[in-house]
Amino acid sequence: MSFMDHGIIELEELTSIGHYPSEERMRKGPVAVAECLQKIPCNPCESSCPFHAITIGEDISQLPCIDFEKCVGCSTCVTHCSGLAIFILNKSYSDTVGSVGFPYEYLMNFKKGDRVKAANRAGEYVCDATVKNIVLNEKSDHTAIVTLEVPIDQVDEVRTVYRERSK
Amino acid sequence: MKQAEVLIIGGGPAGLSAAIEAAKKGCQVTIVEANREAGGQLVKQTHKFFGSSQHHAGERGIDIVKTLIRQCGELGVEIMTDSVVAGIYDGKVIAVDHQLSLTEHEFIRIQAKKLIISTGASENAVRFPGWTLPGVMGAGAVQTMCNVHHVLPGKKILMIGSGSVGLIVSYQMMQAGAEIVGIIEALPHINGYAVHASKLTREGVPIYTGYTVKEAIGTDHVEKAVIAKVNPDWSLVPGSEITLDTDIIAIGAGLKPLTGMAYMAGCDFVFDKALGGWAPAHNKHMESTVDGVFVCGDTTGLEEASTAIEEGTLAGLGAAQSLGHVDEKTAEEENAAGWKRLNALRSGFKGEERVIAKNKQLREYEAYKGEEARA
Amino acid sequence: MRVLKHPIFGEEKDIDWVTIYYNGKPMKAKKGEMILAALHAQGIIVNRYTAKRHEPRGIFCGIGQCTDCMMVVNGMPNVRTCITPVEEGMTVDTQDGYGKWEGDAK
Repeated sequence: MSFMDHGIIELEELTSIGHYPSEERMRKGPVAVAECLQKIPCNPCESSCPFHAITIGEDISQLPCIDFEKCVGCSTCVTHCSGLAIFILNKSYSDTVGSVGFPYEYLMNFKKGDRVKAANRAGEYVCDATVKNIVLNEKSDHTAIVTLEVPIDQVDEVRTVYRERSK
Repeated sequence: MKQAEVLIIGGGPAGLSAAIEAAKKGCQVTIVEANREAGGQLVKQTHKFFGSSQHHAGERGIDIVKTLIRQCGELGVEIMTDSVVAGIYDGKVIAVDHQLSLTEHEFIRIQAKKLIISTGASENAVRFPGWTLPGVMGAGAVQTMCNVHHVLPGKKILMIGSGSVGLIVSYQMMQAGAEIVGIIEALPHINGYAVHASKLTREGVPIYTGYTVKEAIGTDHVEKAVIAKVNPDWSLVPGSEITLDTDIIAIGAGLKPLTGMAYMAGCDFVFDKALGGWAPAHNKHMESTVDGVFVCGDTTGLEEASTAIEEGTLAGLGAAQSLGHVDEKTAEEENAAGWKRLNALRSGFKGEERVIAKNKQLREYEAYKGEEARA
Repeated sequence: MRVLKHPIFGEEKDIDWVTIYYNGKPMKAKKGEMILAALHAQGIIVNRYTAKRHEPRGIFCGIGQCTDCMMVVNGMPNVRTCITPVEEGMTVDTQDGYGKWEGDAK
């Protein structure tokens, strides 16, 4: 499996096993995707979901299976996922703009409304984005959820805020 | 001589959990802890734990440890800190070196009815030219400096090893503001959980699989690291060197059980690579081959804090049962429930080899006891 | 470098300071912190030089197991600085080799 070689999950690795919402579903409104492809003995995503949309089952090392029809994209699971591997995707705003919500546990040098650079799963700069929302409250236990507004064709790519590295 | 009904050596997640369980069942419990505070390595685990609602899942280690210490306090568990066990003698007499100040010590002897050993593990080193330079240190040391003392030992860090420790510590250093110049892994694939690796790759951290460290360069401290590709026979690929600017080389090359106490107590040992090397054999009550001496946590095989908590609970229950504080039926039921929780944590991608190794330990106990009976 | 602001630990405020003397020079240290942490906060990472080859050594294990961070504290050599807390007026000196006993420690 390629993600085990370098740590970067390819979109196809998720879509091929049905663990990625359809284009049609993302067009309807926010939906969660668990980018979790390895058997880990862990199930807080399942137990935290108020809509019972996530199934792991008795054997807690099974992969989380999200019922994209039951999921409303409420993002409760995002802060409960110990692996920080759940994202909220939304392509319902218009034909050109979508959003990506992701867990973020670093100090933030941006605030709501700022223009920032967005990065993909490999940490590469892919596009500019607007910080649409930042949720950080008692319940999130220091795991913020940052939502970036990005060009709709980048919703499947953007996974965090781009980080500058020294050369 | 000071008396303890149950004496626990090591106040990490396993020892604290053993104390809680034994005290709940009515035992008088004393923990002997070498450090200034109990908690073991949990005090530096700022990430949320895996598991289910039965195992503190989703809680951070730094919060779990507070719960465990609070419970110990409520149950009247005595925790002796700054206290190093210097000897275990026949009849479960323990010699403790209690440090009072920089220069003052007192020796205390404690007579224990039951002994629980939960001394954890120590980090493996990797030797390479320059490895003694200041700036080359254990990944655990970097984590201690950052998450316990709130001081970053350097700004740019090269991590050796992509196991859980290497990945998690790298992430935590970034949270504190350091830059990870790279993570190198001699295996051709990432050794830890992919979700931990993905958190780093999306922040741009390069993970070099199939690479090892060739050399640390610097006069009085690390200034550069040279990494190189490894062949399947572990020789270096000529010309594959990459030189990285870094002031810290952190070594996350696994751990091995700290077994000195179990050796001193006379426990029988089993070797298994999956458990980090030699570890004491035990039965399902976590009792070692020495009657009345229980073992739990990383001492008895490298795993995780969450499994240490479950093993500690089993050991505490076992000690209480052997002292007659809990009836047979209840003890057996709770033991079975404990193993169920433990086995849930030993499932999945990393669990299978641990189950095999743990079963080997249980079989070794039976074999040893069988031989003992024949002799 | 001190980490005074952290996404999990929050912001550290109202720090109580003490003064220690590193190789004779006064230095600020956080009350109760380990000697090694106080030195690292100032970017000092060499604790001692080895007896035979005079090579520098600094923190390796950070939890009192390895003895690489030993220094001369209050005149007493071979003190593991990673697990020894600072005290007001404490002297901390780089250790050369096995160190020399400089009279009874304070």
